[in-house]
Amino acid sequence: MSTIQLAINTKSYSVDTDPQTSLLTVLREYLDLTGSKYGCGEGQCGACTVLIDGKAQRSCITRVGSVSGKQITTIEGIAKGDRLHPVQQAFLDEGAMQCAYCTSGMIMSAVALLQKNTEPHEKEIIDFMDGNICRCGTYSRIVRAIQRAAKAQAPALAKGASR
Amino acid sequence: MSAKTNTGLPLEPERYELRAAAPYRFDLDRRDFFKFLGAGVVVVSVLKPAIVAQESGGGRQRRGESLPQQIDAWLHIGENGKVTAYTGKVEMGQNIRTSLSQAVAEELHVPMDIIEMVMGDTQLTPFDMGTFGSRTTPTMNPQLRKAAAAVREILIGLAASQWKTDRQQLVASDGKIVDPKSNRSIEYAALLKGQQITQDIAADQLLIPATHWKVAGQPALKIDGRDFVTGKHRYPSDQKLPNMLYGKVLRPPAFNATLLSADTKMAEQMGATVVQDGNFVGVAASSTQAAEAAIAAIHTEWKPEPQISNKELFDFLRKDAADGKDPSGDGDRFETGSVDQALSSADHRLQQTYTVSYIAHVPLEPRAALANWEGDQLTVWTGTQRPFGVRGQLAEAFRISEEKVRVLMPDTGSGYGGKHTGETAIEAARLARAAKRPVKVVWTREEEFSWAYFRPAGVIDVMSGVRSDGTITAWEFHNYNSGSAGIRTYYEVPNQRIMFHEVHSPLRQGSYRALAATANHFARESHMDEIAHALKMDSLDFRLKNLKNERLRAVFEAAAKQFGWGKTKAPGQGYGMGGGYEKLGNLATFAEVSVDSKSGDVKVVRVISAFECGAIVNPDNLRNQIEGSNVQGLGGALFEAIEFENGKILNGRLSQYRVPRFSDLPTLETVLLDRKDIPSVGAGECPMIGLAPAIANAIFDATGTRLRALPLVPNGLKAS
Repeated sequence: MSTIQLAINTKSYSVDTDPQTSLLTVLREYLDLTGSKYGCGEGQCGACTVLIDGKAQRSCITRVGSVSGKQITTIEGIAKGDRLHPVQQAFLDEGAMQCAYCTSGMIMSAVALLQKNTEPHEKEIIDFMDGNICRCGTYSRIVRAIQRAAKAQAPALAKGASR
Repeated sequence: MSAKTNTGLPLEPERYELRAAAPYRFDLDRRDFFKFLGAGVVVVSVLKPAIVAQESGGGRQRRGESLPQQIDAWLHIGENGKVTAYTGKVEMGQNIRTSLSQAVAEELHVPMDIIEMVMGDTQLTPFDMGTFGSRTTPTMNPQLRKAAAAVREILIGLAASQWKTDRQQLVASDGKIVDPKSNRSIEYAALLKGQQITQDIAADQLLIPATHWKVAGQPALKIDGRDFVTGKHRYPSDQKLPNMLYGKVLRPPAFNATLLSADTKMAEQMGATVVQDGNFVGVAASSTQAAEAAIAAIHTEWKPEPQISNKELFDFLRKDAADGKDPSGDGDRFETGSVDQALSSADHRLQQTYTVSYIAHVPLEPRAALANWEGDQLTVWTGTQRPFGVRGQLAEAFRISEEKVRVLMPDTGSGYGGKHTGETAIEAARLARAAKRPVKVVWTREEEFSWAYFRPAGVIDVMSGVRSDGTITAWEFHNYNSGSAGIRTYYEVPNQRIMFHEVHSPLRQGSYRALAATANHFARESHMDEIAHALKMDSLDFRLKNLKNERLRAVFEAAAKQFGWGKTKAPGQGYGMGGGYEKLGNLATFAEVSVDSKSGDVKVVRVISAFECGAIVNPDNLRNQIEGSNVQGLGGALFEAIEFENGKILNGRLSQYRVPRFSDLPTLETVLLDRKDIPSVGAGECPMIGLAPAIANAIFDATGTRLRALPLVPNGLKAS
């Protein structure tokens, strides 16, 4: 057991646990941040995806001891107050979900993709997202949602760049 | 039965208020509705006796029924104008929470977002057999529409008497009753102040015809979608109670193994609650890790039982059917004309065998349950398609009355027919009883692969006889084990013998989206192509020549047109079709594949489905279901298969069991035929049945290789 400091979304947490514990377990069981989902426990399905220093990572195979001091972003942390993140809004607008259990992982992966590639082609989206499973089969809608989010983000990014 | 209605607490069923006790008990006296619902109008949907028998599953008596089973839904509108609909159906991604809200909004003339749907709570909603078989749209949707229409008529009557005017001249519009002549209007809420009205739906309750729908018939996005894109929604596996423990069950090393001994001392010393009860060994501890450690510290000995492997499966199924004297009943065999005579006099005869493997549902949310005992009252939150069925299983397991059990189903992470049973509910409840604290059990993916159940494997033999002009004269069809859904042919054949043969399945098997219709359509629609090829006829022409059903002809023709059937193809390219009729829906699916002759890789490039399910309730969600069926169907068609040996699943992880991913995605096109003159039926299952034969036929078209086993190309074409 050790005390681990975590920076998650806008808050700091102090967690007493074995550093080998998975980040997903800490998020869900210790901190009640249940937006990140368990799907396979071996990094195969992407339902547990979070951002660690801006990169999409599978929290089920990430040891909590390895992310102390890094910025962790979960699905709970990407909307600004009542205003949804453009990727969240695009998933809603495209109806890109059925049971939606994969949705938070899909959205976090898509946010990471759009951070490094603001205008991904369809092939780039498919390659990047291939580690995320939607068993309901809404892949084509998710591709459209990511393209829509990219378009929605474009003006905001341009504005940011001109500053 | 005595009323135990608690009037002190506000009713917030939609939030799955975990901290509240389960205080409500509906009584047969409908006046009691108002004690907790508040004043207003309640309209009760009462089923006809014939439907009751059908929906309640063979008329088995259920103990401790808290509601008369002939009630299947009700609708309440309060003096605050809030509308609440109660149904035992559940939401798992098919988006019926949305489509049922559309139905109520349509008839009641209120915005969709003021409607609350209370679903799948055995204490608050009427009995429902379960959410499966594409039944919600043809049954629950019209029931709730009728209830909403009845409420609307009551409101018009209230306004008419308040204004002392003729009700005929009043209309409902946007939450108000309006008198267009005098320009008066009054909000529903104002009309309902202090009212306590209950009414059954009149048998002749008129509904707005589909041609006049304004809300239904239009695309509507997931009604509470915001809760899902923000991670706020609490699925069954996200539920939590104060003081809760985490449960784990020790699994046998193989199916059918018998527990000889268990040494649980170490686990107990670690502080875990340990339960050994027959073959059941489980623990509850303060965290999942602590529970896993306790399980690892238990030493057990088991007596295994030799069992067959997937390599011997198909021989076993056939042999077992022969040995087992075919226990199938009359409902599973159909015979007309004289098949033997027609076969012997046919110009051409064809006999072929098709097989399908066991496959797993892989709902992305595995089974999960949170159980809490308060005295002898048990409450369980769990992901299931049959909350009332799970209530019965819990009552049976703990030898208590169903009245003491409440099952709630928070919208769950999919089911596909795989969540009909209550394993985790029972496990969590058993551990909670021992721990005297709430216990949550969430299965791992490996547990879900091994200890849930599978889509049945099967062997299908088809014999056919045709005339040289392409008329089918004889059709004999035997399905071993996979099931009888979709077993009858919709092609016109005067002489038929169709049988389902029940078998002792070596693996635990059960419902799967579209049931055996996928297997039976794969065999039938593959065989149709094989005959057409033997006769050198075009596949579409051959089908249409033997097909009279206008609705089915219409979808085949629509899909063919969209696909461009008959167009030329490049080397390695192939086109194929499959279609049929299931759960009252009509489907034709066309597929284009490309086969890499060097690597043997098969890529499904384009899939077109034409679908007709009567009047369309929500076109966007319908497209979503059809696209999803085709994507999920790719797995069973191309590569999904459970491997097993001696009672062990050999590929029970997502790293070993391949499911469709983004990179498998073909171009998907959907043609919707909207028949506003025909009652709406469901669409969760039928759209799945055409893909596998369409791909098999397209692979044959591309390569000349006929594949008769699902999955078609688990290792690419060369290796299979």
